[in-house]
Amino acid sequence: MTVRTLTLDGEPVSAREDETILDLCREHGVPLPTLCHLEGLSAVGACRLCLVEVKGSPRLQPACTLRAEEGMEITTSSDRLRRYRRQLVELLLAERSHVCAVCVANGRCELQEVAAAVGVDHVRYPYRHPVTALDASHPRFVLDQGRCILCTRCVRVCDEIEGAHTWDVAGRGAGARVVSDLASPWGRSDSCTACGKCVQVCPTGALFEQLQPAGGGVKRREFLTFRTRAREQGPWGR
Amino acid sequence: MNAEGLQELAEREGARRGALRHRVSVCSAAGCLSLGAGRTREALTRAVADAGLGGEVEVHGTGCLGLCHAGPLVQVASRQPDGQVDRCLYERVDAARAARLVRQHLQGGAPLAEGRVPLDDPFFARQHKVVLQGSGDSDPERIESCLAAGAYQALLHALTRLRPADVVAEITASGLRGRGGGGYPAGLKWSTVQKAAGPRKVVICNADEGDPGAFMDRSVLEGDPHRVLEGMAIAGYAVGADQGYVYVRGEHPLALTRLRTALEQAERLQLLGHRILGTGFDFRVDLRIGAGAYVCGEETALLASVEGRRGTPRPRPPYPAVSGLWGLPTLINNVETLANVPTVIRDGGRRFAELGTAGSRGTKVFALAGQIARTGLIEVPMGTPLREIVFDIGGGIPGGKAFKAAQTGGPSGGCIPAQHLDLPVDYESLIQVGSFMGSGGLIVMDESACMVDLAAFYMEFCRDESCGQCVPCRAGTAQMHALLQKLTHLEATEADLAQLEELAGLLQATSLCGLGQGAPNPVISTLRHFRGEYLAHVRERRCPAGVCRPAAPGAEPSAAAARGGAAPGAEAAS
Amino acid sequence: MGALSPAGRARVATVWLGGCSGCHMSLLDLDERLLELAPRLDLVYSPLVDAKLFPEDVEVALVEGAVCSEAHVELARRVRARSRLVVALGDCAVTGNVSALRNALGGALPVLERAYLDPGNLQPQLPAAPGLLPRLLDRVLPLHQLVPVDLFLPGCPPHADAIHAVLLDVLAGRRPALQGKVRFG
Repeated sequence: MTVRTLTLDGEPVSAREDETILDLCREHGVPLPTLCHLEGLSAVGACRLCLVEVKGSPRLQPACTLRAEEGMEITTSSDRLRRYRRQLVELLLAERSHVCAVCVANGRCELQEVAAAVGVDHVRYPYRHPVTALDASHPRFVLDQGRCILCTRCVRVCDEIEGAHTWDVAGRGAGARVVSDLASPWGRSDSCTACGKCVQVCPTGALFEQLQPAGGGVKRREFLTFRTRAREQGPWGR
Repeated sequence: MNAEGLQELAEREGARRGALRHRVSVCSAAGCLSLGAGRTREALTRAVADAGLGGEVEVHGTGCLGLCHAGPLVQVASRQPDGQVDRCLYERVDAARAARLVRQHLQGGAPLAEGRVPLDDPFFARQHKVVLQGSGDSDPERIESCLAAGAYQALLHALTRLRPADVVAEITASGLRGRGGGGYPAGLKWSTVQKAAGPRKVVICNADEGDPGAFMDRSVLEGDPHRVLEGMAIAGYAVGADQGYVYVRGEHPLALTRLRTALEQAERLQLLGHRILGTGFDFRVDLRIGAGAYVCGEETALLASVEGRRGTPRPRPPYPAVSGLWGLPTLINNVETLANVPTVIRDGGRRFAELGTAGSRGTKVFALAGQIARTGLIEVPMGTPLREIVFDIGGGIPGGKAFKAAQTGGPSGGCIPAQHLDLPVDYESLIQVGSFMGSGGLIVMDESACMVDLAAFYMEFCRDESCGQCVPCRAGTAQMHALLQKLTHLEATEADLAQLEELAGLLQATSLCGLGQGAPNPVISTLRHFRGEYLAHVRERRCPAGVCRPAAPGAEPSAAAARGGAAPGAEAAS
Repeated sequence: MGALSPAGRARVATVWLGGCSGCHMSLLDLDERLLELAPRLDLVYSPLVDAKLFPEDVEVALVEGAVCSEAHVELARRVRARSRLVVALGDCAVTGNVSALRNALGGALPVLERAYLDPGNLQPQLPAAPGLLPRLLDRVLPLHQLVPVDLFLPGCPPHADAIHAVLLDVLAGRRPALQGKVRFG
């Protein structure tokens, strides 16, 4: 395996060929906000928060899908990037119904944290207040579309880790939404194994356990690190 | 079938044609069919049979004849005693006119005066047909008819006389650029796929044309499907692929039927499939039908759709040329690009490059639509001035109104205002004035059009067609559309206008795929050329064109805008 | 600093629009720090003091709550016109928050119907007292969507420490810097 050298915000760093720019940022403690990315799942580059500047490239690239190349010069933070990140978070907050005060995820919500991290203290875009559905048909879990940011972590974890592919996305544009099976109620899903992985990876309060009080419950994601390590290093259960 | 067989079939069809006195081609493209070309054809066939002309007259369908506003169109090719072929074109041929046509022209030998279109009109004289060569002459439903016009000769030439690298070299020499919108050099793409390593390779024809007002690719597929299939096979040979897919929109049923027929006929004659034309080259073509999502015209979304997944784009790199369908090196070209290929190979790349401008070789097909006298399908050399396209070929603006702007490039494109009418239409010039070649939709607007309203229309299109995956496109187009709606309701403030421009910059810079990156273009381009019109909406609460009005009372605008945002869950019911 | 009372104290106002008064409770949570602040400011208008009209020449106005009714619109505009620094205090003022949940219902009438007719009272009727009851807006707005806001202090409620920091900065004539110290919820 070859090793590449490149610069990250001016600092020389080395990278394995399978490493992404986001991996390098995490390794070197460079703060970079992410929402759709989750270690252990495939990267889709959808939330656009981890966009970075690559010298010589006219387009911004998502760090989560961008492989390290020899001689790359990466800038993770600039006036423009900071402005874009704030705008993106504002767009997300205005899009559906993100009311922290009445949310189960209040205090441990990644959207809430990212908003604070990128400096969003108010949203300049008009709130859209769409009518959204809530699926409480499952005996253990609930899906509140109003809090969903369409990061598709649930879709990916169900497909890639659990192997059930209960979740997918239906609809287009602002009407896009995660659906279970062929858009039937979650409680009637034949493929759902009720493993709860989707709930554990959800960055917001869109997927949560029934009877959970606001701000209660901590996400348990050990299974992802366990799987990732096992896949990378071979031996199981060590 | 081998090379001799191909020659023999073509000659036999040529001889059969030579024995005819008149060949009557009825336009059977979607436009004319919707105007009743089917009945016209029946009436002609019946009248010919009744007149006992069955032996010397053939009535058949053909591809788009161009003058779509005046259909059904019928072309009569008559062989003169000296062997010359005289052509007459008739417009608006209904059953009654069809009967008179048979009686007077075919029987009496005197062409009708009524409904006859002069063929020396600039509409025809200024066009140059490469891609549309066979449209309007051959019968797309009979391969023999196409073979007589030279179909698959270029494939035969490539397979028997050229090495794959030579084919790529010819395409490179031709200067052909992608006709789907981006204008990426075809030769470069082909050579990338040729050099990419993979156990197999794939050629995909992108026929997911979905720009509002655009019907170039659909017309090519309806009028000359074999040209596209031949282009695909040549591409397959050049890059080393043995499998091709045509990704067609389900909304184009006629194109689909014609393609199916063409595929069957080509396979039967061993022009596709195993050991093509008796050589060692295998190339199979399958159809994949899209469900009408605009985003599936984006190549990575198209790949996902062909693979049977939800059609959403993914970040590039890796580019499909290196890792495409199922990770295989994949050549994706648009219909019109592939339809140019047989001509490039037949005439040679250098000859092809003689046409057009330095950066944009060859011709471009345009679908003329909007406020223009002759809506229809045209093909002109690259670099033809916009004025010539709109006024000489398109017949100008009806109703004595003034030209205001032409929109090219669809929802990712922009407007060309009147002061740029003398602009040569090619890739670079269009970009210079803030527009974009796009796939070839050309919508003409007269003075009664409001450019803010136009921008709102395209933004609504992008909002509805966003795949919903990335945040700037999904949420940004919704916000931009709401702002544009405030403008068209004459309620917007200068702060709203500033926010609109700020969002435009965000979407361009941060969206995942071309749809989101291009979505603000109509706004940016109309702001560039018609900022005064925007300001009138804001400062004077007035629409200079008189199109925009305050929202109807009762419909509280902001709440209406919120409901317009296609509530999740609402779609399941629709 | 201009808006000082004769005694040299800053003229401070707090305003209660459509909110639960939790932000004002958080203000009271300053506890003993209130005693430190008291000599340095005059609370010229507040639900906590007896002032009927919003006065002129206010240095800083802390506004709790979203804009929900015509009365709120009127008051918010007056606050803006008469205050040097307008602070959106808490999530309702900043985002609409719980007060704006009703926006998804589409307008004022469906909200009133949901509250007064749907529950099935014996004599269902919509409240109507023109001139007495302010009309509800069809759409609840965060404060900055109606008038310019100088400073945002999100939180449901904002922490007393954050309010304290803002007041200290304002009294010292500094522009408060809150980035990274506050979050929604």
